[in-house]
Amino acid sequence: MAKEASPLEIERNIGNFAYPETHTHDAGVGLTEKTIHFISDIKEDPDWVREFRLNAYKTFMSKPMPTHWASKDLEAIVFDNIRYYLSGGVQAKRNWEDVPDDVKRTFERLGIPEQERKFLAGVEAQFDSEAVYSNIKKAVGEQGVIFVGSREGLKDHPEIFRKWFGKVIPTGDNKFSALNSAVFSGGSFIYVPPGVKVKHPLQAYFRINAENFGQFERTLIICDEGSELTYMEGCTAPKFNTATLHSAVVELVALKGAKIQYITVQNWSSNVFNLVTKRGLAHEDAEVKWIDCNIGSRLTMKYPGVIMKGRRARGEVLSIALAGDGQHQDTGAKMVHAADETTSNIISKSISIGEGRATYRGLVQIPKHLKNCKNNTECDALLINSTSRTDTYPAITVRGTGNSVQHEASVSQVSAEQIFYMQQRGLTEAQAMSLSVNGFVNDLVRQFPMEYSVELKRLIELEMEGSVG
Amino acid sequence: MTNQTAVLDETMEETESPPASRAILSGAFEARSPDLPAWFREQQHAGWKKFEALPYPNRKDQPWRFSSVNALNFSSYNFGAPLSQAERDEILERSTGLDEVAGRLIFADDQLLRRDPLSQKLLAAGVILKPLERAILEHDDLFRRHFMAQPATLGSAKFAALHEAFVASGTFVYVPKGVEVELPIEIFHWLHGENASVFPHTLLIADELAKVTVIEHFRSAHSDRAGFACGVNDLVVGKGAKLNYVCTQNWNEKALAIQINSTSVERDASALSLNVNLGGAYSRFESLSRLTGEGARSDMLAVCVADNAQEFDARTLQDHASPHTTSDLLYKNALNDRARNTFGGLIRVEPHAHFTDAYQTVRNLLLSDDAEANSMPGLEILADNVKCSHGATSGQLGEDEMFYLLSRGIPAAVAKQLLVSGFLNEAVDRLDHQAITALVHDLIEQKFARR
Repeated sequence: MAKEASPLEIERNIGNFAYPETHTHDAGVGLTEKTIHFISDIKEDPDWVREFRLNAYKTFMSKPMPTHWASKDLEAIVFDNIRYYLSGGVQAKRNWEDVPDDVKRTFERLGIPEQERKFLAGVEAQFDSEAVYSNIKKAVGEQGVIFVGSREGLKDHPEIFRKWFGKVIPTGDNKFSALNSAVFSGGSFIYVPPGVKVKHPLQAYFRINAENFGQFERTLIICDEGSELTYMEGCTAPKFNTATLHSAVVELVALKGAKIQYITVQNWSSNVFNLVTKRGLAHEDAEVKWIDCNIGSRLTMKYPGVIMKGRRARGEVLSIALAGDGQHQDTGAKMVHAADETTSNIISKSISIGEGRATYRGLVQIPKHLKNCKNNTECDALLINSTSRTDTYPAITVRGTGNSVQHEASVSQVSAEQIFYMQQRGLTEAQAMSLSVNGFVNDLVRQFPMEYSVELKRLIELEMEGSVG
Repeated sequence: MTNQTAVLDETMEETESPPASRAILSGAFEARSPDLPAWFREQQHAGWKKFEALPYPNRKDQPWRFSSVNALNFSSYNFGAPLSQAERDEILERSTGLDEVAGRLIFADDQLLRRDPLSQKLLAAGVILKPLERAILEHDDLFRRHFMAQPATLGSAKFAALHEAFVASGTFVYVPKGVEVELPIEIFHWLHGENASVFPHTLLIADELAKVTVIEHFRSAHSDRAGFACGVNDLVVGKGAKLNYVCTQNWNEKALAIQINSTSVERDASALSLNVNLGGAYSRFESLSRLTGEGARSDMLAVCVADNAQEFDARTLQDHASPHTTSDLLYKNALNDRARNTFGGLIRVEPHAHFTDAYQTVRNLLLSDDAEANSMPGLEILADNVKCSHGATSGQLGEDEMFYLLSRGIPAAVAKQLLVSGFLNEAVDRLDHQAITALVHDLIEQKFARR
């Protein structure tokens, strides 16, 4: 049996640095209606947005913590100790040169400008509450693609923004979507015109720098008929002793025949509560695909969903979770079939190391009188140490005779024979373990864009080091 | 029926029947069992207090998700009135089950109608088969150690408390060390009066290396009378012992039924249960199997045939508390008309229960456009070196299979029935007991025939 040892923390530390705060706008500690007016004033929100925020605040206050099914660890969040808005200004810069020095240095250390030059079609970088940098390659912009922050989106493109904002994820969906709706700031607004296929990915990078802070970005992506988009987001934060809250809402709308692929590599530091609501609406022949990779945070609760509203719509969630000591990755997927011939696919792989806990929570709904809907769900969990934990809680509802659903889950550990075989061939035990774990997630990692999959493999290798004996 | 003229091996005390038509929610538990000892009374009082204190279930609670909790209204149910001789005779006449049994108890509205005793040989070997109220007096040490020793953790704590307050009869089985009871022990519970309620209880202890098979039948004397059943079973399988447990639930389609079974399986012991769910308007079956010693094994099987507006709700827990334990669950549901089925199952591997093998499979066959299947197969693994998997599928009859049968001249209705039987048999036939599987097949056929 594997001996107990904590995994190395090397790669987690890449984001573990902070510069002194120089915020000019600070909403202070705690959440009241005053906080919301403060945010609305700074952002010069139109009246309907201010109204929307205030209503959401009421919803948030009235909803209980979902601890009757979710982790009791949520009770560790003290909403009165959190700062809900911090920024050095509301307008994102178009040039890295214009970004304040310390912020620029932050993103340079994280390699963002370099990646932009190499393989991205556009980048947005958010520092605490607001985007500090937002740029899109000229050629892409000329195709009519809009890629701006949520504030600019609702200011400059209200006709598209308002039509879909809060429609995929209503304010009252859950306590944290209500919280986000009350205090949202930052995030991306993307519109891809009909028929435009954006070749290279757009990327957003979310950075928390301040202590006791809550980041509440709001992303809305609309792909018009027949268009295609890949969006990637990454996130890091320095490690503080106090709890940090990240609670995003991401809404995707894929109109007829559109394809959206949304990739997340979440590597928050281990004091972050990452409570995110993500959902896509797929119209006729459209496809929404979530690729979700959770490595960091203290507690992540995130169940990307797809509502398949039009015929032949397709939803997919590919999820990888890595839970180390002190971490609980509570992830999963929601697939709501609402039209004939819709298909969905969920593949989830989790690895629990040390005292880590990985949970899969899923929901599949095929209501009555639909024909030829299909869902396939596969959940595989790998346990590395005897103190590791994994759970699976799917809920599947099917009505009628025209549909088929299958769900499978398995739990296993790295086989002693495999390790022995590789050691025979001269690998150290740690190398063998890492190879074996990489093999476990390999078929999923391969679906990531090249740059991410290489990174991810390296990350897993490092995580595995020292976790075996 | 066999043993028509069997004389009871011991004199039976006539227990006074409860006052007729007394509503159960009035809490009239003393009158149900007037001659029982004070400690049992106290237990009943505690049960009633607990029932009153605990809230009614809410669909938002995970253990009741998807369940029609509004069905759980007990205000109209009463304690059945004493049965007349003619009524008793009729029910006895209709209590047909297995041809050959080791012993048999028949109850209607919680009144013992008849008891076919064990053979002298089994009695001499120390096997006990008694009405529960006798065991309370005569085997109070065993009774107190095992009676509802496992708290109801799958959602029905409130109804387990109600059962504790009202249990007035049932079956006590004890099989001593090393004794094998070859023929099955058979128990009938009938609902008879209008709005009658029953609280059946079976307490079974199989001591070390013992072997026993028990089959319970739940039936209604009238197809048009509403009724309520709230049963609890404690099945204790000692070291190296082997238990087969079969329940055929065939209440009428107006009945409201809650059944809470808990099985504990000790070292090297094995338990196999088969629940056949056919009756009831709303029927919930909670099955807990706790594997407490190394080498323990539990097989949990269930089939369900649901039609009209029937609702079945099955919740299971495979609780691995010890290393080197095995559990295997297979639930198969065939759903017609507007029927609903919910399966909520959990495999829980406790810390240090390494080398666990646990499997859980639920298969739903949807036979109509309004049938609904909800599946929540769950895993909680707190140990490593385990092999665990679960699978849930929902689908319909294969077109190719139907076409094949139709092309052989078999009418569509018959072909459908054949395929459904075939689908269910996978679970039924895992019980290695010819007479019982034949009986279960008959009951399923009868349900088809009613359509």
